[in-house]
Amino acid sequence: MLDTVFFYLFTLLTLGGAILTVATRNAVHSALFLITSLLGVAGLYLLLHAEFLFAVQIIVYVGGIMVLFLFVIMLVNLDAAAAQRQFSRMWPVALGCVALVGLELFYFLGKGEPAFRIAAPPPVPEPTAGNTERIADVLFSQYLLPFEIASLLLLVAVIGSVVMAKKRI
Amino acid sequence: MNGVPLSWYLVLSAILFSLGVAGFLFRRNIITIFMSIELMLNAVNLTFIAFSYDLRQVNGHIFTFFVMVVAAAEAAVGLAIILTVYKNRGTLNADDVNSLRF
Repeated sequence: MLDTVFFYLFTLLTLGGAILTVATRNAVHSALFLITSLLGVAGLYLLLHAEFLFAVQIIVYVGGIMVLFLFVIMLVNLDAAAAQRQFSRMWPVALGCVALVGLELFYFLGKGEPAFRIAAPPPVPEPTAGNTERIADVLFSQYLLPFEIASLLLLVAVIGSVVMAKKRI
Repeated sequence: MNGVPLSWYLVLSAILFSLGVAGFLFRRNIITIFMSIELMLNAVNLTFIAFSYDLRQVNGHIFTFFVMVVAAAEAAVGLAIILTVYKNRGTLNADDVNSLRF
């Protein structure tokens, strides 16, 4: 019962934030509403017993990526852009595309609904180790190579963004 | 499932993804388009976690972790590109940055 209440609460946070992100005129307001939406998703992670990713979501997304967005919005002058029209001239085409994507997703969700229950796995005993410990176990054994490649990707991204944002090397 | 069925999470994720697509297609400001991409990535992450919980496996968490890593790298490089575009063109309107248009 309490789970359902919290699910609706976080869903309201997530969807409300997402709608306002897409709809507001001011880019700073957009970013702040996106933060609300990301916090709602973090709450849903907690509801799904993904405690580690709950923390990572708040630290990396809300604390890192969104602050980066706000810094860039601060660096570029958007006052003139806010006065112009915000939505694309091709909006009927865009609306058609969105409707198509939404209909496709819901069609397959509706079609696959019985399969979700059939695919229910045999009851597994609740793990004794914590969520973070289990993720570390899998990450550092089974997924060790992707983990190292991800660190290389981050290094390349850091160097690339510095090179691009700098005036003279 | 603890009271909330898996399909609710999937429907929420589908709605969130559609909102991201809508923002991506409707808006003209490059920064807002970028934020819509983050919305879509979050919808996919939510699906991964929901299935991971339903199947009692931890692999979905690992995938979400990697998606977050790639999203962080993408945001850093993308925002650097946005700054460079603004420096060179003086605008962040996606319709005005059209040198490559056929």
